[in-house]
Amino acid sequence: METANQKIIPTFPIAEIRQHFPLLQRTIHNKPIVYLDNAATTQKPMEVIDALRDYYMRTNANIHRGIHTLAEEATAAYEATRSAVQGFIHSSFAEEIIFTRGTTESINLVANTWGKQNIQEGDEIIISEMEHHSNIVPWQLLCEEKKAVLKIIPINDDGELLMDVYQQLLSSKTKLVAVTYVSNSLGTINPIAKIISLAHNAGALVLVDGAQATVHLDIDVQKMDCDFYAFSGHKIYGPTGVGVLYGKKSLLEAMPVFMGGGEMIKEVSFAKTTYAELPYKYEAGTPNIADTVALKAAIDFMLEVDVAMIHQHENALLEYATEQMLEIPNLYIYGRAKHKTGVISFLVKNIHPQDMGVLLDNQAIAVRTGHHCTQPLMHRLGVPGTIRASFAVYNTMEEIDKLVSGIQKSVKMLL
Amino acid sequence: MEVSETIAAREAEIVEAFALLDSWEEKYEYIIELGKQLPLLEEQYKLDENIIKGCQSTVWLVASYADEKVYFKADSDAVIVKGLVSLLIKVLSGLTPNEILQAQLGFLQEIGMMSHLAQTRSNGLRAMIQQMKHYALAFQSIHS
Repeated sequence: METANQKIIPTFPIAEIRQHFPLLQRTIHNKPIVYLDNAATTQKPMEVIDALRDYYMRTNANIHRGIHTLAEEATAAYEATRSAVQGFIHSSFAEEIIFTRGTTESINLVANTWGKQNIQEGDEIIISEMEHHSNIVPWQLLCEEKKAVLKIIPINDDGELLMDVYQQLLSSKTKLVAVTYVSNSLGTINPIAKIISLAHNAGALVLVDGAQATVHLDIDVQKMDCDFYAFSGHKIYGPTGVGVLYGKKSLLEAMPVFMGGGEMIKEVSFAKTTYAELPYKYEAGTPNIADTVALKAAIDFMLEVDVAMIHQHENALLEYATEQMLEIPNLYIYGRAKHKTGVISFLVKNIHPQDMGVLLDNQAIAVRTGHHCTQPLMHRLGVPGTIRASFAVYNTMEEIDKLVSGIQKSVKMLL
Repeated sequence: MEVSETIAAREAEIVEAFALLDSWEEKYEYIIELGKQLPLLEEQYKLDENIIKGCQSTVWLVASYADEKVYFKADSDAVIVKGLVSLLIKVLSGLTPNEILQAQLGFLQEIGMMSHLAQTRSNGLRAMIQQMKHYALAFQSIHS
């Protein structure tokens, strides 16, 4: 068997990077933690934690309204994150970036505004078999309400979308295609540019669920030409409770408002209320200022380390882990797409994923077990759930070795 | 609140058995062994109405009443859960409804398995204990 040391990218400063993440110093059951549940949420670098603390210690004020210095500084910091996100995903305008609580809220926002305005009886919305429940349920609710039809792009046994079936599903009835860029359960990278251009040819819009992709791939919403793009801050080393909805300006301008309240209005009278310009139109009430401000620190961290280097490192981890895990007898990897990233979902014959999860936890290895909020996908794969190891910038080849020996030890105990 | 002597003795026996096991590996190997030994629930009882659904693993629980005592049989698709289920049955099966209702099950803490009742475990164990008590309550009201 190949050893971990042969695989390290010599230029990647992994030891230094790990220093940025205080949580990685923790021990669980007296062993150093091996955190491999990054697809659920990533750990936070000191820069993000500092930004949060500094905001509350030095800047805290409500934004956009106050005339005093603190309010101005808080507003500037909040808007600086908007610009940072704009740069990070390459949108044309800062006002195309709407802050939400996360991917789920971003998708629900589109379903409840654009969807309610544009979906009629008999229209069709296409999603895929590998979607997270967050990109299924909002569309189901919308379809029920509007008597529209939800169509599903199936996958092959390797976990790749059947693109020929997708083309057949597209028609003049298709109003929206809502698909994930990267599967949270399988790691499949979907051919998003092709999905989008085919949809546009059919006259449909495309919403991309970028919850998993944003941390692993270069995102350029203009090149991609998606109409909406949703992601969460906490999966890209940022705080929980803040996410992004990108939408093309013309669409966001035409859509009705989502929630009513402060911040989102221009003028209110009991006869009629007029609404604020983008992006504030969709940001009713006092937003999650502190977490949004700290999200910029996460983006800066990724840019500082170098996004391309991070991706290269994660791909090396994935490749090494795949090789090593396939050597374990009776271990089966779910999701063997040609293009995949960040995630290995697996089962060992005759072992319940929860049992494996418990024994790995006792070895301080944090993985996810269960259906990963993709029950239709698990149904398609014919399994109740899987064990999922997912990787991030701070994971090491040695941790992969620990995972592999942890699995082997668990198998020995269980069988 | 009066804890039944039977329960106290049964719990003490389990705590003693675990005291002999030093490492987490030994403890879990013991639980896994118990899980494998637990008599399987006959397929006819593995009905939806007997399922206590956790998010990740499934527990089937069947209760019966004879000679003023409640008897439990259970199964799970995950072997560690099954081992823990087997411990719960060892403690609670064959007691009066009142004894079951009073049970505190402190032994789970003492043997270091309390975390399995945490909500995040989603293994149906917490719900199973509740269901055992519900059965006890139901039998008590039917037969009193």
